[in-house]
Amino acid sequence: MNNILEITNLEKSYYTKQGEIKAIKNISLQVKEGEIVTIVGTSGCGKSSLLGILANIENKSNGLFKFSKAKPTIGYMLQNDALFPWLTIYENAILGLKIAKKDTMENKEYVKKLLKTYNLEEFNNKYPNELSGGMKQRVALIRTLALKPDILLLDEPFSALDYQSRLAVSKDVFNIIKKEKITTILVSHDIGEAVSLSDRVVVLSKRPCSIKKIYEINLPSDNPIDNRKTKEFSELYDQIWKDLDVYVS
Amino acid sequence: MSMSANQKKFLLKEKKNRRFVIFMQLLIIITFLILWEVLANKKILNPFIFSSPTRICLTIKNLFIEGSLISHITTTLYEIFLAFFIGISLGFLIAILLYEIKTLAKIVDPFLTMLNSLPKVALGPIIIIWVGANTKAIIVMALLINLIVSIVNIYNGFLGTDEIKIKLLKSFGASKIQILRYLVIPGSKRTIISSLKLNISMTLIGVIMGEFLVSKKGIGYLIIYGTQVFNLNIVMAGIVILIILSFIIYEGVSLLEKKLLQGKN
Repeated sequence: MNNILEITNLEKSYYTKQGEIKAIKNISLQVKEGEIVTIVGTSGCGKSSLLGILANIENKSNGLFKFSKAKPTIGYMLQNDALFPWLTIYENAILGLKIAKKDTMENKEYVKKLLKTYNLEEFNNKYPNELSGGMKQRVALIRTLALKPDILLLDEPFSALDYQSRLAVSKDVFNIIKKEKITTILVSHDIGEAVSLSDRVVVLSKRPCSIKKIYEINLPSDNPIDNRKTKEFSELYDQIWKDLDVYVS
Repeated sequence: MSMSANQKKFLLKEKKNRRFVIFMQLLIIITFLILWEVLANKKILNPFIFSSPTRICLTIKNLFIEGSLISHITTTLYEIFLAFFIGISLGFLIAILLYEIKTLAKIVDPFLTMLNSLPKVALGPIIIIWVGANTKAIIVMALLINLIVSIVNIYNGFLGTDEIKIKLLKSFGASKIQILRYLVIPGSKRTIISSLKLNISMTLIGVIMGEFLVSKKGIGYLIIYGTQVFNLNIVMAGIVILIILSFIIYEGVSLLEKKLLQGKN
């Protein structure tokens, strides 16, 4: 399969009054079309900066990244659903289309179809505070999918949820991603999530981060919850845990 | 749905309490008025200095018959609404400017603080010289008082915008104007609306102060005129009308606030 994204020697520094903080030190990575790659690292290691750079809302300091398409559409999802409380579910779902001035009849129909497929149709005219956390997360994903992104960047999208909903929602979201066949880069600090959901896991070192190891994951099931029960899962989990070298006091 | 006995008890208690509060409020007002009237009539309070409720009513009635009352009220109302409207609109626009140009906000910050802490009456004489002894001076006076409060309030509301939502819009490729239109302004609706209430109180202060300084008409003028001719009945009448007017305007704005905030979230 073709590479959809090539990152070469990427670097990122932040400049503050207290001095320069190097967040990313030399990252090179290729992402194949249709692949789900999870980047794990300890908190504050610079993994969110990496996604921010790819999403074009932060500047890189050095190096380059190239998408196979000249002008790729990028879908970006953040730590919480970031739904606008004063807009209805439908209005929220088409927000990205509106901003990007792509709110054509055809695209709006597509959003309506997505809302219907993922059991949100009856909530179209409701407001976010009337929905459960998992439902809101699905709306946020549909808002991103509405733009028909070439690549999805998910920045710890489930971290605001409690453990139970987190398992259910991540399964939900990944079923959608697999069904729509979208290349995805997920950033997470949750090893279990990374191993059970993705095709490859990239382990980052502590700040300034660089790639420590890359694991190919071949777990038997499409259901991440079933995957968590396999022997391979536990082995990978332990291995990555060691790689991360988290100091627990 | 049927109500439990305890729920009924609770509601009854609430109702009783509300009635008691209203009863006490009325009692205080009526006692105050009667006491005032009686003491003035018995000359224990000098009615020439303290006036009395009946004298005040009579004065208001005479002013009304003679035809000047309505024009005093409409003059003051006109000034209040003009200053209020300009204050809110200008405050809103300047807040947007400060929000968009962060360096500008940093530059003007100490000046805003200085202006905010200055007692604006001190500028009264200069204003009269600069813009003339007319309605304009009153509006400028009121703006000096209400504008800075509006700017600071609305600006702080804008600053409270959720960073994650800004990032999200940026990832959609949103322009600065789109971020304002879709996120910052609708997200600050609550702050903007609650600044209306603060603004109207400030406007009232500004307008009356302005009228004290320059006007030939209006409630503020009525009060000052009464003092100058030493007719305390007119002064008191002016104050009573002002109390009623402010109360109605303030309640109106509160009602507007409730209406605007109803429904969503």
